[in-house]
Amino acid sequence: MTYPDWWKPIFGRFTLEAIPYHEPILIGTFAAVVLGGLALVALVTRYRLWGYLWHEWFTSVDHKKIGIMYMILGVIMLLRGFADALMMRGQQAIAFAGNEGYLPPHHYDQIFTAHGVIMIFFVAMPFVTGLMNYVVPLQIGARDVAFPFLNNFSFWMTVGGAVLVMMSLFVGEFAKVGWLAYPPLSGAAYSPGVGMDYYLWALQIAGVGTTLSGVNLIATIVKMRAPGMDMMKMPVFTWTSLCTNVLIVATFPILAATLALLTLDRYVGTNFFTNDLGGNPMMYVNLIWIWGHPEVYILILPLFGVYSEVASTFCGKRLFGYASMVYATVVITILSYLVWLHHFFTMGSGASVNSFFGITTMIISIPTGAKIFNWLFTMYRGRIRFELPMLWLLAFMITFVIGGMTGVMLAVPPADFILHNSLFLIAHFHNVIIGGVVFGVFAGIAYWFPKAFGFKLDKFWGLLSFWFWVIGFYVAFMPLYILGLMGVTRRLSRFEDPSLQIWFVIAAVGAVLIALGILCFIIQIAVSIIRREPLRDTTGDPWDGRTLEWSTSSPPPAYNFAFTPIVHDLDAWADMKKRGYRRPLGGFKPIHMPRNTGAGVIIAGLATICGFALIWYIWWLAALSFVAVIATVIIHSFNYDRDFHISADDVVRAEEARSRQLGRA
Amino acid sequence: MAKAKAQARAASVPAFYVTGDEHAHSGGSTMLGFWLYLMSDCLIFAVLFATYGVLGRNYAAGPSGADLFDLRLVAVNTAMLLFSSITYGFAMLAMDKGKQALMQRWLLITGLFGLAFLGIELYEFAHLIREGATPMRSAFLSSFFTLVGTHGLHVTFGLIWLTVLMTQVSKRGLIEANRRRLLCLSMFWHFLDVIWIGVFTFVYLMGVLK
Repeated sequence: MTYPDWWKPIFGRFTLEAIPYHEPILIGTFAAVVLGGLALVALVTRYRLWGYLWHEWFTSVDHKKIGIMYMILGVIMLLRGFADALMMRGQQAIAFAGNEGYLPPHHYDQIFTAHGVIMIFFVAMPFVTGLMNYVVPLQIGARDVAFPFLNNFSFWMTVGGAVLVMMSLFVGEFAKVGWLAYPPLSGAAYSPGVGMDYYLWALQIAGVGTTLSGVNLIATIVKMRAPGMDMMKMPVFTWTSLCTNVLIVATFPILAATLALLTLDRYVGTNFFTNDLGGNPMMYVNLIWIWGHPEVYILILPLFGVYSEVASTFCGKRLFGYASMVYATVVITILSYLVWLHHFFTMGSGASVNSFFGITTMIISIPTGAKIFNWLFTMYRGRIRFELPMLWLLAFMITFVIGGMTGVMLAVPPADFILHNSLFLIAHFHNVIIGGVVFGVFAGIAYWFPKAFGFKLDKFWGLLSFWFWVIGFYVAFMPLYILGLMGVTRRLSRFEDPSLQIWFVIAAVGAVLIALGILCFIIQIAVSIIRREPLRDTTGDPWDGRTLEWSTSSPPPAYNFAFTPIVHDLDAWADMKKRGYRRPLGGFKPIHMPRNTGAGVIIAGLATICGFALIWYIWWLAALSFVAVIATVIIHSFNYDRDFHISADDVVRAEEARSRQLGRA
Repeated sequence: MAKAKAQARAASVPAFYVTGDEHAHSGGSTMLGFWLYLMSDCLIFAVLFATYGVLGRNYAAGPSGADLFDLRLVAVNTAMLLFSSITYGFAMLAMDKGKQALMQRWLLITGLFGLAFLGIELYEFAHLIREGATPMRSAFLSSFFTLVGTHGLHVTFGLIWLTVLMTQVSKRGLIEANRRRLLCLSMFWHFLDVIWIGVFTFVYLMGVLK
């Protein structure tokens, strides 16, 4: 199809061919998404929920609501990312000995790239950020984060990035370069299409949100702790959150700058990472892993915190070795900067450099091992209750130790020369990310869900989900270890050797089991909502918890604490219960709170439009939306009226409702 | 004795919540948050410096720093930025004394110095590009333009911010929120000065060394 002259200035490089109507899989997905979307819009309109959603959720600066929205984003993107995983497992299970499978290479390459990008940036990160957002202010006895508006804005920037990735499914294509997009493959010469640009702008926009939310949570933890809570009385989850956010602030700018340099290579024609005129692709690989390695600790550290909270709560005793847990976390934070080169031992840095990074990598297993022993000794002589969070902790401890050991194997440079880029590596990092991060997220959800919504999650469906996930994980990934040891490399869409097929078939069965686990999780949520009355938590403290979030009602009031708590001991709430704390019943005062604002949604929306315009070379729209972003920020800065007071009467009403609820319990 | 006993009892069931007046929302965390933001920005420059460090001698048979840089021009430019930092400092002194008009005047002078800095930088860039030393010519020039240009972009945003703040001060006076914002911009402005000293040393001075 030829396009008239006026097309390009208006639509850039967008053409109707960019809509993949010749790909039945995509069209089917598109139809399902449109129908589902329309149904959702119709329901929201039918029940007149738009105003409610806008005023109570989208524009909310309440850290609890923002935390919940992060979790919802994580679940939605998990479904997308896992659909990609199922497609890959399906393809690899059948594409043997001449059978080409159902995915052509250009589609398969997009799928593995999208899977990695989505699972890290738009599943794991929102889950982790969501948990921290929800729990940290409650644990430290604060009423919100340090910068509530910024928090809302960060969330919507993350959504903006996710929207761009999802759009690439139906408008144009996604990158075909693997999740870290090494040049020169990701440069303009070898990836001329829009896919790489979707990747760059999606990550750039989401990255702004992540960095700002890191700044926000550090300031919150440093400045807003309740009186008496010195650093060594902070709950372990707050400690690990602090370390994670320090890592975020200290690494995401590196990602932003690195991606910006690659963007300049692609858009302006500079020569940072090209093969010509002095460019050096290895520079990119170094820079991206200086961000990338701390990133995996950004993901796992908060979950270490979750496991610690779960261990002490469900064993009914104080965490074993609190101080060593804190020091181990800090040591991991620092060491995570000194290991990035182990991702490319084979690049040829020489024996001395490889030895240094191999040794630092192995050293990390020491503080991590200390943590495992701390959890074990917490259980020793504890009164263990096998609730869902505790089960996830047990599954994690076994699975993560296996993943950690294969990690130490990969840290040995000569072994890495054999295993590099193989399915052994894939099995290793899924072992630690699923066994560590995902299990931890489910532990965290099961643990704090009653706090957030006022009723527990259904245990039966939770158990089913748990067993499907754990068994599915082993069935899906142990074969990849074996294949990796046999020398099978990653990212292949078809195979010649039929003797390998059986392992891929087993792995595909494992993926189906995990899919059932996800299905059971969603059924669990639905069943719990339907059965919420018998599952109701009227006490605010359903697990006999030990930290301050359990001293409020479930769900907590908008202001979290009618009076700011004073902390005397580690495990402040356990201490308060032991020493006969009585809930204050009178003397309430008005509470100073931040006001909701739509500025975050608007600015992030404009930034997303700007990203879309840049991807498609629609320069007028890019310029316009960029100016609009700046203008909106400036206009917002003229609004000085950002706070209000919750009147003492409202506080009294909320607290009396709590008293009635406690009376019924 | 009785008093000691009462004290011991009070210690065994201590106060578990704050009953007195809570200290009002102060801007305390704003300063810390802005510091953290500046440090994250500093890392962006760290990446650009590192990239310049690695690629800065890859001339690809094109011009080198010694061929291109006019140190006199850069010295004038550096002076502009350093003066602007001093004048911003004067503005803050005026703010502390509550002299709003004087402060606005110093801010205006700061902005003019900033504009002069940007003008000279743009002139330098235009000159280089006219000579064929474009960002596309070599990895050295790519990293040079990006490092110096990113700094210039920061100065541009600083100037926009300065203009907005001057408007806000003239509308609302030196209220607490405005003072806080002026202090943030102050940190931002001095931070750009520190970065520029790095640029001047590592890019220009060391660049003209043979």
